[in-house]
Amino acid sequence: MNPSRREFLASTAVALFIVPDIARAAIVKGGLPWKPGAGDPPTPVRPGPWLYFTADEAAAVEALVDRLIPPDPQTPGGKESGCAVFIDRQLAGPQGRYEGRYMSGPFQKGTKQQGDQTPTTPAEHYRQALAALDRACRQKFNGKPFAQLADNDKDEVIKGLEDGSFKLEGTDGNDFFKALLKDTQNGFFADPIYGGNKDMVGWKMIGFPGTHYDYREWVERHNERVTLPTVSIASHPNWSQ
Amino acid sequence: MAHKLPAKDVVVIGLGWTGSILSYELADAGLDVVALERGPWRDTATSFPISYAQDELRFRIQHDMFLRPAQSTVTFRNNRSQTALPVRHLGAFMLGNGAGGGGLHWNAETWRFLPSDFVLRTHLTQRYGANFLPSDMTIQDWGITWDEIEPHYDKFEYLCGTSGTAGNLNGNIQQGGNPFEGPRSRPYPTPAQKQPFSHTLYAKAASELGYKPFPQPSGNLSEAYTNPLGVKLGQCTYCGYCEWFGCANYSKASPQTTVLPALVRKPHFEARTECEVTRINLDSSRKRATGVTYVDTSGTEWEQPADLVILCAFQLFNVQLLLLSGIGQPYDPNTGEGHVGRNFTHQTMSGVIGFFDKDKYNFNPFVASGSIGMCIDEFNGDNFDHGPLGFVGGGYLGQVQTNGRPIETTPLPPDTPAWGAKWKQAQRDNYLSAVTATSGCHASMYSYRENYFDLDPTYKDRFGRPLLRMTMDFHENELKMSAYLTDKFAEIVQHMGARQVVKHYRKGPYDVTAYQTSHLCGGAIMGTDPKSSTINKYLQSWDVPNLFVQGATAFPQNAGYNPTGTVGALAYWSAAAIRSQYLKNPGPLVHA
Amino acid sequence: MHSASKIAAILCGLAVIAPAAARAATRVDPQDFETIERGRYLTVVGDCAACHTLVSSGHQFAGGRPVETPFGTLLSPNITPDPETGIGAWTDDEFVNALTKGTGRQGTRLYPAMPYTYMTKVSREDALAIRAYLNTVPAVRNDVKTNQLPFPFNMRWVMAVWDALFFKAAPFEPVHDKSPEWNRGAYLAEGLAHCGLCHTPKNFLGADTGQKLKGYALQGWFAPDITNDQRRGLGGWSVDDIAQYLKTGHNRTSAATGLMSETVSLSTSHMTDADLRAIATYFKDQAGQQKDQKETRADPKDATMTMGKNIYADECSGCHTPNGKGTPDMFPSVNGSPVVQQTDPTTMLRVVLRGARSVGTDGAPTAPAMPAFGWYLNDDQVAAVVTYVRNAWGNSAPPVDAGDVAKARKDFIQRSD
Repeated sequence: MNPSRREFLASTAVALFIVPDIARAAIVKGGLPWKPGAGDPPTPVRPGPWLYFTADEAAAVEALVDRLIPPDPQTPGGKESGCAVFIDRQLAGPQGRYEGRYMSGPFQKGTKQQGDQTPTTPAEHYRQALAALDRACRQKFNGKPFAQLADNDKDEVIKGLEDGSFKLEGTDGNDFFKALLKDTQNGFFADPIYGGNKDMVGWKMIGFPGTHYDYREWVERHNERVTLPTVSIASHPNWSQ
Repeated sequence: MAHKLPAKDVVVIGLGWTGSILSYELADAGLDVVALERGPWRDTATSFPISYAQDELRFRIQHDMFLRPAQSTVTFRNNRSQTALPVRHLGAFMLGNGAGGGGLHWNAETWRFLPSDFVLRTHLTQRYGANFLPSDMTIQDWGITWDEIEPHYDKFEYLCGTSGTAGNLNGNIQQGGNPFEGPRSRPYPTPAQKQPFSHTLYAKAASELGYKPFPQPSGNLSEAYTNPLGVKLGQCTYCGYCEWFGCANYSKASPQTTVLPALVRKPHFEARTECEVTRINLDSSRKRATGVTYVDTSGTEWEQPADLVILCAFQLFNVQLLLLSGIGQPYDPNTGEGHVGRNFTHQTMSGVIGFFDKDKYNFNPFVASGSIGMCIDEFNGDNFDHGPLGFVGGGYLGQVQTNGRPIETTPLPPDTPAWGAKWKQAQRDNYLSAVTATSGCHASMYSYRENYFDLDPTYKDRFGRPLLRMTMDFHENELKMSAYLTDKFAEIVQHMGARQVVKHYRKGPYDVTAYQTSHLCGGAIMGTDPKSSTINKYLQSWDVPNLFVQGATAFPQNAGYNPTGTVGALAYWSAAAIRSQYLKNPGPLVHA
Repeated sequence: MHSASKIAAILCGLAVIAPAAARAATRVDPQDFETIERGRYLTVVGDCAACHTLVSSGHQFAGGRPVETPFGTLLSPNITPDPETGIGAWTDDEFVNALTKGTGRQGTRLYPAMPYTYMTKVSREDALAIRAYLNTVPAVRNDVKTNQLPFPFNMRWVMAVWDALFFKAAPFEPVHDKSPEWNRGAYLAEGLAHCGLCHTPKNFLGADTGQKLKGYALQGWFAPDITNDQRRGLGGWSVDDIAQYLKTGHNRTSAATGLMSETVSLSTSHMTDADLRAIATYFKDQAGQQKDQKETRADPKDATMTMGKNIYADECSGCHTPNGKGTPDMFPSVNGSPVVQQTDPTTMLRVVLRGARSVGTDGAPTAPAMPAFGWYLNDDQVAAVVTYVRNAWGNSAPPVDAGDVAKARKDFIQRSD
């Protein structure tokens, strides 16, 4: 038997309202706004089919990331740790479309110091470069696409992309190498919620304990290895029974 | 045609540090204040809560909290012979967006400049002679003195709750503090933060080499604090997600944690977010601002009349708005005449990475805060004799390791391959045992005739307005200074016991893709002469006296410190002048 | 300044409506500023505006605000001096009877959403002061159809039966062996401030039970025990702690949110320090629960507790600190917290699932907020961390299971507050 106080809260402490005079402005006045449950959490990457890559592209990227970060006895490689999935989901999303980037022309190549001026989005760039990579590999290695090369041939190709000696038709192989390497390593070290760094393997490999928020007990424990379990936004192994 | 709104006493453009402080001070003086903010409202528990604030990919790599260049950007060239091209993706500096502005994503390194920094040209000329300075160097005195600004530094520090150790209390040098700082009237409001291993090791090495290390003044608080506005901050937890991020536990000083909760309670204050000011309007005399025009998210254009206009956007956009609104004479690098756009400066950053024996050293680099660190100030400003060195300027040398975030902060020895099995092994071998100063050598950049802003002839923003064009390059003085500092820093890191020390000198040309800091300064500078400055010592426009221009835009050149402390002090200094002088007698506060 | 000039303006306005108001205002001199000012203060203590003002209308005390009851929704009536749709034409006796006896003008019965069961303790003098103040607010023509209840509750005569069962009109009787401060606190808390309306358990017909101030679930919150109970009540709070909480919404261990946030904002933060201390003194003298330690509690060795401890370390300790003590006036202490240890976990579940903004006041403007974890933690995880916090550091309260969390989610989703 008590007043519903909802409206009152909505109009005193919270003021995200629309005044007829000011069509689309969020007005803050009187108190700090509040909406229960509000937030903008990341959308977890779900396992499943490729969202951007074709089967051939995916095979090439999985093979590439597994040479950039090869598996070893202690730590899985780029493929098993999800780097290809990470790149696929990134390319399928706003990053792949260059959302937020200034994309007005004229487009003109500038100096290195002026930064990237390409009108080609990362999604388009991968599509062009992966096709060109497989074409170039087929030519050089008896019709075999990159994914089917022996490991040492794969490494030769990647080294060629890195030093500019392995050319791709219609696109800059070195630019592609740089983008791929950055994306692969980002996937390996980003929160697993984005599809890479599966089971936090990248973090465990280097000794980064993850997304803990409170190191007050550790700040003056000098030269002592932090023993907290590795955790992330996506996974807390000790949060279940 | 813009829809005209009812007039306000004051319109504030931008709700970052200076917009929040000016709004509060003027609303507190009883004025009817509206603040227009281009970005969204942002608040701790709903914008960067503890459950997902620690997202390096999203906030650091993909710039989630920053201005999207699609909304607005600048163009850049190194010199006038080049065609400026748009900064399509942020790189050398970050542009805050939304309530809190840069005050949300900063490290919270809360420094004061040196007393001599405010009278720089006079000081250097007196000590070294006029011919010591490069002929194209355009440094100026600020028009204010240490004694004038000191109480306002104090006010900003007590707003923030800054954690630090005083080095000069009313002229008495204090143990453990910075002996080079100007005399301060009070100690820091809270004690210095605790320091992780690499910082104490650096301090020990520096002491052994004869320097006087001290904790960096920090807006990540060592303990909970209630500021004079009654707003309370929590204690920093050393989470390592500070700069580029919002603080999830209210322990980093920001407009959100120091001003906004009190400001929004002011009965005559109102903030309108997602409203982009496109122009400051002038009357037919061109000597009086009548208010501003802005566009909301529906694309509707509004005119907000006001008696007083306070320009509190980020430095670049302050300059752009002045140029677009036709306020003040644009700077002309050919003649050196005009003032809007002149004396554009940034920072001269360099660093050293120390690789240590992994079996003996474990630094836990992820236990950190954005402004934690131990610094020495022997090589800042004019704290050392430049006579034999042939350059001016300097910076603090700090082991300021703010994070161990693995995408950004996994330093590897220079001979490591970029990929493959050796790359992987090097990651394992170095992450915990390398020392990477995020700030390192944090040095000054002085102003030059050819480093300036004007409007771009080609590239436009979404409203069709010309983008601001920056013409900027490093000059020999800065590169020489930076090299000297880097070597000094490397000696200390070596003395810490590193097995390998790698120096990263700052090299030209100025590169808009390589992050330095977001400390862009100048473009509408303060001074004593309306011919060479846009605003007077109270940050009041010489040309339009009911317009005040806040922020680092006012710096005639940049010192070897992070600028926010000075930005906050100037905001309080300017607000005090408005409250005590301008409101009683609106008009020019300085007669040229 | 602001409100004084407003009152002055209203007083001028009163002369214009004098013919209509003259009869009503017979007993109070409209120039008796002290009485009017006291009446204004008493409406703040009574938090009258909370129900009688629909803020979006912009008209103070003009009613029309929906009032949720377990039996359906009522709309609050217009109590401005408008002679036809407000109470301008009421006699003083009619007003006093409505306030203290729950009777409408023609002998109809009010619903006890109007807390006449508490207001019956209000002295006639105070009631008339309230009347005097209400006479000075702008008259607003707003004809509210207050009764929106379904059958059979829509029949007002039912309330006569209810009153016969549960209501006894009885003015406040001072207790002579208690201090004047205690008696002032009792007069306010049991009467005008109607604390028990939220904090006292109700029976199935919505009437107070004898468990005075021992906590009650309403509108998706649990108004906690505010007796001196050591664990669930105010036993660990001093008189100063309680007074500071009511004044600022915050104290060294706690922060007001939810329904209490509005009460602090509109009412208690504007009360005098003396009245707040008086109320605190009265609360501190209310005996707590007897069967404290017998309650089921979670086994600290239980796997759920370990899981909850891990979640707490990762998500909660950054603000609430590893020992649960939080930061005074900032992050509430969950160590020893009455809210945490209520038998009914509704408030805690709500705060964890949906987040909560603590109240901002002039004395404590920060208004820190708890982020929502409902999107992040599943039902098992919420149950684990809530159970852990309710039983860590010497806390003790019944465990919460995933089913409780699921049910709470379902309930909260329908609430927009």
